[in-house]
Amino acid sequence: MTQFLEALVRGLGIGSVYALLALGFVIIYKATRVISFAQPAFMLTGAVVTSYLTPALGVVLFTGFSFFLSVAGAALVTAVLALVIERVAVRPMVGKAVFVVAIITLGIDIAVRVVVTGYIGIGSRPIGFPWGIDTVELLGLSVQIRHLVMMGTVVVVGLALLVFFQRTPFGLAMRAAAFDQEAAMTQGISVGAVFATSWALAGALAAIAGSLLATGAGVDRQLWIIALIALPAIILGGLDSLQGAVVGGLAVGVVEQLVGTYQRDYLPWLGDNVASVAPYALMLLVLLVRPYGLFGTPEVRRV
Amino acid sequence: MSTPTIEKSEPSPKDDAKTSRLWGRPAFFQSYEQELALFNTWPKRAGVALVVLVAFFMPFSLPDATLRSLALAFVLAIAALGLNLVTGLCGQVSLGHAFFMGIGAYTAAALSGDSDPEARTIGFGLQEIWIWLPAAGLVAALFGVIVAPIATRLRGLYLAIVTLGLVFLGEHVFREWQRLTGGAGVGRSAADPVLFGYDLRSPAPDGAFTSDQQMYFLMLVLLLVFALAARNIARSKVGRSFAAVRDRDMAAEMMGIDLPRTKTLAFALSSFYAGCAGALLFTITDYVEPGSFNLLLSVQIIAMVLIGGAGTVGGTIAGAIFIGMLPTLVRDIAPSIRFEVWGRVLEFSELPSEVPNIFQVEQILYGLLIVLFLLFEPRGLFGIWVRTRTYWKSWPFSY
Repeated sequence: MTQFLEALVRGLGIGSVYALLALGFVIIYKATRVISFAQPAFMLTGAVVTSYLTPALGVVLFTGFSFFLSVAGAALVTAVLALVIERVAVRPMVGKAVFVVAIITLGIDIAVRVVVTGYIGIGSRPIGFPWGIDTVELLGLSVQIRHLVMMGTVVVVGLALLVFFQRTPFGLAMRAAAFDQEAAMTQGISVGAVFATSWALAGALAAIAGSLLATGAGVDRQLWIIALIALPAIILGGLDSLQGAVVGGLAVGVVEQLVGTYQRDYLPWLGDNVASVAPYALMLLVLLVRPYGLFGTPEVRRV
Repeated sequence: MSTPTIEKSEPSPKDDAKTSRLWGRPAFFQSYEQELALFNTWPKRAGVALVVLVAFFMPFSLPDATLRSLALAFVLAIAALGLNLVTGLCGQVSLGHAFFMGIGAYTAAALSGDSDPEARTIGFGLQEIWIWLPAAGLVAALFGVIVAPIATRLRGLYLAIVTLGLVFLGEHVFREWQRLTGGAGVGRSAADPVLFGYDLRSPAPDGAFTSDQQMYFLMLVLLLVFALAARNIARSKVGRSFAAVRDRDMAAEMMGIDLPRTKTLAFALSSFYAGCAGALLFTITDYVEPGSFNLLLSVQIIAMVLIGGAGTVGGTIAGAIFIGMLPTLVRDIAPSIRFEVWGRVLEFSELPSEVPNIFQVEQILYGLLIVLFLLFEPRGLFGIWVRTRTYWKSWPFSY
């Protein structure tokens, strides 16, 4: 039971990071109807910037202050990068076939990622997370502090996004543009600004997620692959549902950790590291039953 | 009262319309059959003949290293032709091409491998190319059909993500199934290109051809066969129904095209191409590493189709040769490039451990080329060709 609960907590922790990444994908999708395959690059950028900022800051108000400040800084830097990329490479393609834009983001991802990887160096780069993989006792379970930080972050960020989308005028504008772009334009909403904001938000979310993921083993060259595990998460939740993204992210994290914990005892013939591909298998299963995910809107086809 | 009568025009003799053509107007078609012909204009016929002739004489004037890169590019072109069928022609975005290539590669490697039961990897000792090549394609096509029920229900980007998932699942299986693949980082030997008892990978006994020249000819002939097949598929009923599905699936359905069946067929055909290409891809180096069938390979193939010109056979081959030769080009050019940025000399090292190195340049070029082509010339190399051709055809009237 303890083993199960600990795996569950670990899963919720990692799942929170997937949720952050998935939120980024969904925000861009809702605004522009495009899946941005550039998220892995933004995630890596965020993690690398954090790893350079944390030692440079060195201010200690409380433990981890400089880490959290650097994460915020990295989110800002990545958001600006995302804004530039959106303006230069994605905006000119408005109105073109979505898959063409998706392939463009794939190209951007490769180019940006190679440049950023150059700054990692050989092996992995420490990110300056003060607790590393230390654990605390919580209700009789030993829980890694970093997983608690992840869960805390997704709660804070999730609430902030909720307030932004539900309570601010621009959040309303973004929801309107997602609902019907032309109608939103006739109401005087700048759809261009909505596109830009969605990319900036997604970039910032990816940067936070990347920094949090690197708290365990540091930033390495393979970190970006994890961003693609958020893809099963958004498919599970449905491409256009923010709540779905969070639920999907958490579910993917939990499934991954449970498979990682129990697969070796019960299904050893599947080999090592099944946990890392379990989300994709889960995604295929769900799609067989529900082609638009658990929370997605079925597409209405009209002649 | 006279009822209006419809003058029934005299049907011109069909064979006459097919054969005769107005002199000096090569693009003027008098019948549907004429337009749908394999090479519908004489400049096209002459051009293709010229290119094929040059391709056959190239091995006698080029160094072996270049021939090896070209042979590799030809194999990649076969894979790209397959992706072109499903993405360029049928409009279904597949990021899973690497998965099907992997299946083909391991089917062929297992069939032609050492049949000794004590051997490290499974093998059946069937080394003849005409056994393992179709088998690789058929097994890959079978997997394409298995995946199709999921794929045909999904549209657009959902499909892209699902096929992306396939690549990751495939990579995992290839890594873990050590009896088949040799395991990660170890790998196994690839299929042996033996044609009627003659191993094409060993140089000719009388020294007439080197092994690279033989492999070049093999890949060239196979590419021509596959390209001809692709062109024929494209102009047949099947190919035209693919194009109808791509342009507007609902309208295609209204016209009586069975959507699931068409899409399944597209997947099966494209997987067949991918399987054959995967089987051939590593025969040149005789070594398959399970990590090769990753997302980057899929993206490379997509880049070939998009940079060449989606939906066209000639464009796809041009794109594949361009992308396939890119590493060779970069390796030749990059060492001579030096920048001075802010007083620091920037050189591209040939060692992967140093930054910046030529492998990074190569990858950045993939990325940027995809972006730039899609931004400025969405029809790819084929589009550039069409514009050049139109300019000279209509010269001096440049519009």
